[in-house]
Parts: sequence; structure tokens; C-alpha cells
Amino acid sequence: MPEPLDTLIQQHRNEAGGLMPLLHAVQAAYGFVAPEMVEPIAKGFNLSRAEVHGVISYYHHFRTTPPGRTVVQVCRAEACKACGSDGLMAEVEQRLGIKAHETRADGAVSLEPVYCLGLCAQSPAMQVNDRLFARVTPERLPAVLSAVEVAA
Amino acid sequence: MSAVKVFVPCDSAALAAGANEVAAALLNECARRGLAIDLVRNGSRGLFWLEPLVEVGTALGRVAYGPVTPEDVVSLLDAGLLDGGEHALRHGITEQIPFLALQERLTFRRMGITDPLSLADYEAHDGWQGLKRAVGMGSADLLHEVTHSGLRGRGGAAFPAGIKWKTVAGLQAAQKYVVCNADEGDSGTYSDRMTLEGDPFMLIEGMAIAAMTVGATEGYIYIRSEYPHAVATMTRAIALATEAGFLGDRVLGSEHIFHLHVRKAAGSYVCGEETAMLESLEGKRGIVRAKPPLPAIEGLFGLPTVINNVITFASVPVILARGAQFYRDYGMGRSHGTLPFQLAGNVKQGGLVEKAFGLTLRELLYGFGGGTRSGRPIKAVQVGGPLGAYVPESQWDVPLDYEAYAAIGAVLGHGGIVVHDDTADMAGLARYAMEFCAIESCGKCTPCRIGSTRGVEVIDRIAGGANREQQVILLRDLCETMVGGSLCAMGSMTPLPVLSALDHYPEDFGLTAADHQAA
Repeated sequence: MPEPLDTLIQQHRNEAGGLMPLLHAVQAAYGFVAPEMVEPIAKGFNLSRAEVHGVISYYHHFRTTPPGRTVVQVCRAEACKACGSDGLMAEVEQRLGIKAHETRADGAVSLEPVYCLGLCAQSPAMQVNDRLFARVTPERLPAVLSAVEVAA
Repeated sequence: MSAVKVFVPCDSAALAAGANEVAAALLNECARRGLAIDLVRNGSRGLFWLEPLVEVGTALGRVAYGPVTPEDVVSLLDAGLLDGGEHALRHGITEQIPFLALQERLTFRRMGITDPLSLADYEAHDGWQGLKRAVGMGSADLLHEVTHSGLRGRGGAAFPAGIKWKTVAGLQAAQKYVVCNADEGDSGTYSDRMTLEGDPFMLIEGMAIAAMTVGATEGYIYIRSEYPHAVATMTRAIALATEAGFLGDRVLGSEHIFHLHVRKAAGSYVCGEETAMLESLEGKRGIVRAKPPLPAIEGLFGLPTVINNVITFASVPVILARGAQFYRDYGMGRSHGTLPFQLAGNVKQGGLVEKAFGLTLRELLYGFGGGTRSGRPIKAVQVGGPLGAYVPESQWDVPLDYEAYAAIGAVLGHGGIVVHDDTADMAGLARYAMEFCAIESCGKCTPCRIGSTRGVEVIDRIAGGANREQQVILLRDLCETMVGGSLCAMGSMTPLPVLSALDHYPEDFGLTAADHQAA
């Protein structure tokens, strides 16, 4: 069971600039920040709901819907583009049967673009859940995506 | 006889290439053969085309093997890996590999040599020397030292660190802050990541010296969420350094107080801009603030704040340990010291090259990089991140120096160098620059927020071919508005990659040389 939301709010409400650490804690515990959490968070931090919603929606990292059981990220930035990441993204979309920013209907997998994983000397790079993969050639891709099949 | 030391990096770039699997295979196979090894998880040397780079401690020095896969482990041990034996993957003594031997590693001198979280390792390799000297100096002497070293902000803006620190030191306030910008979002850069993961105590030492200099007692390191390994290593390093008395209520037993915290960013590129980062640290949307007031005067929570990039702080310990003059003597013109250049993209030998300012791009691309990985000719090189210019071959002999690059309308930025071969579509890359700006703009300035979307459309029309000349004039006009009408680099520098692509590669936009003259 994840930590109750109230407990997390109590842990961070007196911290200087504590809203961001709270949202990270919520997403770590629940996988996303649900819309119905906005009101208790706003109350706990003495902010308006608009302010809390504004912060959640501003940052790419925070999700407001549950992610797939596996999250696949493909780097879209220049260093990876220089080594074929456009083709890689197309191949990943085809293999997973979804487009970037989508979650598959069976809930098995979400596909997200990411702008730089810091592996720019070994592009193209991907991340599958918490695991990083460098130099992802078309030949290596099936092995990289094998975690998705397990979760499906 | 003691166990042989074997090094397998724990840097995330090594992990992404399979370092954990190699380490496990080594432990298994050595156990099976009854061989005693002492496995050290070091940082990365920054020779990324060789990762996972396995090193073995021998009487002659550390011997390198790479890139090693788990399948290579058996043949490596058969070849006498633990004695530095001959093998197809052997590269000789690590320090003698030309890529490494030709560098001038001042800031990165420990990188890949030590276990990042070993205080004993750090101390044994000149760690804390700068802080120990700083603790006996007054603020004025420290300011003089940092100013005289010529150190300029390594995040990209290249503002003299000493002058920024002096402003904060001269203010009276109930609380002052030191904030490290570790929101390394530029594609093609990873020197901050390597520091956070590979030598975290160096950053702690640099920030502690800054805090001592300006009278700050609280510090934050703002690390991007895309770097979970860096967040974990840095958090652990702060706990260890606090426990050992290098941070906390009595830094090195002195009267100085310095508490340091890690804050995780959340995937917004513009939060690498210092005022947007402050907003984010305060728990708000990362919207850029108008300057003045300068963050040095009204920074985090409205109080005086020193903000520098990871590499700026990380360069401070060696300046204090070896003296300002030692550091100042490296480099050229007004660019003193060294910069960790990061070779990335389509390059054969990608990795970190720390050199004094003044070498050329050509030396980096061919001398260190060995040309492209694809084996095709290099067409364009983007220097200084996604907001940096595409530099064509005619400019590859310009010295890498802040002023020399400014003179050709380019920037060194954070030292990222992304190589593209002759298959690159420069109009497509220009379009991507506008698209990235549209995705990442904080929305405060209209030319950035809306101009970037219009920029994508105009480039599409140029590619489409209708009224091409007029559309090019429109694109230039739009870029001028973005440069002049944006508060921060996001909007004002996006035109740099766009216009450099247009100016140097007009044929990719469907323009003949004659069209181009007319436009």
C-alpha cells in the first residue's frame, strides 16, 4: 500500500518550496498525480487549486493518468538524431502498436519521447522503466523491448 | 597475495552499455575459477566508445579492456586478464591511451580513477585540499583567488564567477544561498552528469568553498529528473560528507555552517535558465523572471543567491588547492583554464575531453573523435547545445575560446559538441530547433511562445517551395523578433541553430546560391 496522501502532504508542507518534492513523492508512490489529489494538496499547502494544477501541468515529468506497466522512453534530441533516433522511434512505435505520448489499451506499455538522457556519446539512447540502454541499433531493439513483453 | 583490483564503472553511461552484467559475469567466473578479485565500481573515464571499460590494477598501472560484454569474460580470463594479459580488447595502460593522455584534466583529474562514494579515495587523490586551504582564508582573499583565476560560468553564459560571488558576499542578509544548476538539458552534454555520478565530493567541496566565501549557510543542487543515478549518488555523497564533518554545523571544525540539499527537477528544459530554476525550487511553475533584480541580490526566496553550474563549482577546489595563477595560466585570451568538451552524436570516439581553451574543433573532431561513427564525411557540428550554432567546416580552425566563437556568431555554451554526417538534413534540424522551442518555451515571452510555432510553419513552407524567397525573408524577420523580444536564451538563442543552418547549408532549404544572395 502506498503512503496515504495526507501523510505525504504532512511530510512536505513545511519544507521550503516543498510542492515539487511532494509531487515527486506522490508520483513515486502512486505512479501519477490524480486530478482529485489537487484539492487536498492545495489545502495542505495553502495554495489555490489553480496554482497546484498549474505546477503539475507545467512539468513534463508529472503524469495525471496512470502509466503503462512498462514505460518506454526514446531520446529525441540532436545527438540521438545524428545516429538515427527518428527511425528508431518509428520502429518502436510500430513494434509497440502505439504512438509517442500514448498508453496501449491493455495497459502494458506507455511510450514517451525524452529530451536527453545524457548518453550522447553512445546514441541513440532509450530507457525502459529504470533501465538505460545505449547504442540501440535495430538489431538490439527486440532485446531492449523484451521487458514490455514480460509485463504484457 | 592480496586480491587483484578490477574496476568496472558504475556511471550510467557504462550501465547503459551493460556494465552491471559485465561485473556480475566477472564475479561469477572468477568465483568458479577460484580467483580472488577486489571489484571496484569506479566512475567513468569518459571514453564512452570503450564502455564498459574494465580496468585491472597491475604493477605497471591500470590496464584497460573494452568495450567488454559478459560473453567476453571467459576469453579475457583465459588470456590472463588479472595479470594484464594480451587480448583483442586490450588497450594497454589506461593513462597512455592517446584520447586520455592528450588531455589536460584539472577538474576531471580523478574521474574514473576513484570509487565516487569513497571518502578515503577522494582524500587520497587530493580531495578537500581546496576546502582545507579556504577555511583558513577570509572572504576577501577567497574572492581575490576566484576572481584572479579567471574562472567564468561553465553553464554557458561565461560570466566571471568571482564578480558574481563578490556581489553576494557584499550584501547583508538574514540568509544567503548557494544553488548549483545541475539541470543539464542540452543534448550532447554530460559533463555535469559525470561529475554528479563520478566525483560528487568535488562538487560538494566547490559549493562549500562558495558558501564560505559569500557567507551562505544553505545550498541546493537542482538535478534533472532524467538523471536518477546522479540524484541517488549525490544524495548519498551529501550524507557521507555531512557525517564526516565536511558539511553541517561546523564545516571542517570551523565556525562555518553549510547544509546542502538535492532537489529533483521535473523535465522542463527552460528550468536550466537560472531564474526559472529558482521559481521551480520555490515550488512554482518554472517561468523565467525578468532581470533585474539579479539573483545575486534577490535570488532564492528573494534572498542573495550564488547560482553556478556544476562544472563552475567543480573547478573551484583545484583553483584553491593549486592557486589561482596555476589555473589562470591555462587557456587563451580571456578564456582561462579548461573546459570539459563533450564529443557526442555521430562520432567514432565519443567522450569527454578536458582541454585548455584555444584548441580547435578540427583537433577535437579528428584528433580525439576520429571522425564519424558512420564512416561518412562530417557535414555539420552543433557546438554549445540545442541553442548553439551549426558550425560548418570553414570554421573548424577557429580556436575554441568564448570571444573567438562570439566573433563568428557561435557559442561554446556548456561545451557540448554534436557531430552530424553528410546524411543530415539541415532544414529538418532547423525545424527541430523551432519545434523544441515550441515544446519547451515557458510561455512568458510572445516571440518565444508563438514565434517558435510560426517558425516551424515557415520552415515547412520553405521546404514546400512556394514563394521560397519571401518565406526566407519572413523567417529571418521572425528570428530577429525572437532575438530582440525574449527574456532568456530559450527564445533569443533558438534562432542561432536555425539561421546558421540556413546560412551555411542553403541547398538543404532548396535554395540555390543565387536565391540565397537575393534573400
